[in-house]
Amino acid sequence: MIQTLFGSLDEEKKPSFVELMKEAVSRTRESLSERLEDVVSIGKEIDRSTLDDLEAILISADLGMATTEEVLQKLRHKADRKQIRDISELKKLIKAELFAILTTTGSRPITKVNGTPEVIMVVGVNGAGKTTSIGKLAQTFRSQGKTVLLCAADTFRAAAIEQLEIWGQRTGTEVIKTKPGGDPSAVLFDALQSATARGTDYVIVDTAGRLHTKQNLMLELEKMKRTAQRIVPGAPHETLLVMDATTGQNGLQQARQFTQSAGVTGIVLTKLDGTAKGGVVVAITRELGLPVRFVGVGEKVGDLLPFDAHDFVESLFN
Amino acid sequence: MFENLHEKLQRAFKSLRGQAVLTEENIAEAMKQIRLALLEADVNFKVVKDLIDRIQAKAVGQEVLTALSPGEQVIKIVRDELVITLGQDTAKLKFASQPPTVVLMAGLQGSGKTTTSGKLANWLKNGGHRPLLVSVDVYRPAAREQLKVVANAIKANIYEGTVGEANTATVERLAKEARREAINSGCDVLIVDTAGRLHIDEQLMDEMQSLKKLLNPQEILFVADAMTGQDAVNSADEFHKKLTLTGVVLTKMDGDARGGAALSIRQVTGQPIKFIGVGEKYDALEPFHPDRIVGRILGMGDILSLIEKAESQIDKKKAQELANKALTGDGFSLEDFRDQLRQVRKMGSLQSIIGMLPSVGAFQGLQKAADKVDESQINRVEAIINSMTGYERNHHESINGSRRKRIARGSGTTVQEVNNLLRQYAQMRKMFKQMGKPSFARRMAGMKFPGM
Ligand SMILES: Nc1nc2c(ncn2[C@@H]2O[C@H](COP(=O)(O)OP(=O)(O)O)[C@@H](O)[C@H]2O)c(=O)[nH]1
Ligand SMILES: [Mg+2]
Repeated sequence: MIQTLFGSLDEEKKPSFVELMKEAVSRTRESLSERLEDVVSIGKEIDRSTLDDLEAILISADLGMATTEEVLQKLRHKADRKQIRDISELKKLIKAELFAILTTTGSRPITKVNGTPEVIMVVGVNGAGKTTSIGKLAQTFRSQGKTVLLCAADTFRAAAIEQLEIWGQRTGTEVIKTKPGGDPSAVLFDALQSATARGTDYVIVDTAGRLHTKQNLMLELEKMKRTAQRIVPGAPHETLLVMDATTGQNGLQQARQFTQSAGVTGIVLTKLDGTAKGGVVVAITRELGLPVRFVGVGEKVGDLLPFDAHDFVESLFN
Repeated sequence: MFENLHEKLQRAFKSLRGQAVLTEENIAEAMKQIRLALLEADVNFKVVKDLIDRIQAKAVGQEVLTALSPGEQVIKIVRDELVITLGQDTAKLKFASQPPTVVLMAGLQGSGKTTTSGKLANWLKNGGHRPLLVSVDVYRPAAREQLKVVANAIKANIYEGTVGEANTATVERLAKEARREAINSGCDVLIVDTAGRLHIDEQLMDEMQSLKKLLNPQEILFVADAMTGQDAVNSADEFHKKLTLTGVVLTKMDGDARGGAALSIRQVTGQPIKFIGVGEKYDALEPFHPDRIVGRILGMGDILSLIEKAESQIDKKKAQELANKALTGDGFSLEDFRDQLRQVRKMGSLQSIIGMLPSVGAFQGLQKAADKVDESQINRVEAIINSMTGYERNHHESINGSRRKRIARGSGTTVQEVNNLLRQYAQMRKMFKQMGKPSFARRMAGMKFPGM
């Protein structure tokens, strides 16, 4: 018996449905472009219903309804007037739309201004890939011949400090830390002071994962920002929101809240080595104008790439 | 955008008045809204399509009821269908007839396996078991260290062992050693925390399979993040194909994700969602209740947890008495009003309670109002009522000007505040009387609260 809002009911066993679903899912795994060809080759003419099917394709990449609708609305208009001739033209148009959204940002590459250390704060929900991305980022800067200091301000999660320390060893980067449970702002203070004294090029700050709905934890980020500002004027120069590519529409909410509290300036999209497309960043960029800076494509030190909007859009279709 | 799915459905059915049955045509707009709501909640679009087909099949041909509006009627069909899809409450583990029972944790990177392993050990401990933890994640930096800290925090046993090379042979050795350790130390459940892995990582999926062969686990739990989007079907399906999962744990449910992945995962694996993770503390593990998450997916609030919470904290008989009094309007005295305030206080903050109500229908707007409620105001109200004599509390009409002055002085408030309270109280009585009328009661009857 199942209790529902409307009373109780007997569970129905429907094994056949599970079977049906399995079948549906194996179909999902065909690549997007294959399906796109399917869709478009149904009839010679591309019409409204073709575009409706395209909707499903964009949604399955986690673009969300609003963004998908916006992208398709323009094409729908053209299709109504039979202005789109063939598949390749249709594809090109969709890609151009997505590309336009992704590149309409306040993007600027992470650059170092001379003198003071460039402070990069890394934030995000639990398990998104912050610490790993920091390790990879440290490697990127190190290979450019820069000096880097890591700040272990995740004092909350079990063994988070040790995890960052291992990345420090892997990349030949020193880690400034405190004891587990210590004050994140205090260790940030220490890290920025040493960095200033030593003339370090970059300080990358690891923070504890937190859900954007936890007000007190979001306030903690605000406090950390103020601390950084006090020691290094203009810091943090970059606040990167790390987002797991498997994230669905909640990613938008994450981006909104973290931007509000921590002043996010860019996104690191991780775990793109899986099957998830990470399309929610299109929705985020569309609404908040936040650029995607880097993508994570694995767990090794070299698995971080600068974001390339063109490649990303292509990847949505194959 | 679908906080008001209920409203949208009401609107969709505006023109339906007078029609006797639901037809494909007259529910089309409603189906569109439901589809939207499900997609925005991250339910996989194939799953949505299927659900919509089934919901439509059930709805079409139904007579339009008089007790419920057509919108509510459709919501009920949707709800029922989703609850059926999600299956029964299933916070149960299968135990081996010959201990140790082995629980194998599986999932993608960052889904919450290690924390969940700790929570599960804690839950088992509280249930009188003796769990042993082991981490065979020899790959992620400090992963094994993390589980050790967790085990210490909850005072659970852990088998540490040693890692030479980080490879599958080491993983298998650790697993074997841990099982032996469980037997030797009289632990009846072995929880095996594994490295996060991608479902398309063949080498690591093979490793998972050999772990399964080696340990012959009673439970293989797929730990999945509640924030997962459309891809949930792909990973869940692949893990299930390779391992034949026995259950699912949905983590990070303390956030504001709609949790549509629950439906997707349940559909492709056919396996029950056994637990949900609702926080970073080790006791933040709860049994899964399909009816609750359905409310959440549809954006209709967590009515049932409200009721459960109310039930466990409120003196039931008293609540019943108050409700009866309130609904008839007569005899709802200031004394009762104070009782009610105290009950509310016992349940937690007003905001947290109202937050659990659905933001639709009768409750619409309450959430916004709750944000504005000043809890200290409740204290002042109680202080005012405390300063009244017993006679005054039961005969509010006797409270004249001089009594008001005395009450204000006694409670450290102003006469104006006392006046305000009395005015509000009078309004409340009137409102309750209104609610006691049959039409309102009939509408509420459509939403049966079990056990209330
Ligand atoms: N496959 C893959 N795994 C990743 C990537 N980035 C991080 N991870 C894994 O995701 C998990 C969580 O990462 P971690 O850095 O601890 O997340 P944090 O909690 O945000 O600091 C770990 O198992 C990482 O190895 C990536 O780009 N690809
Ligand atoms: Mg971390």
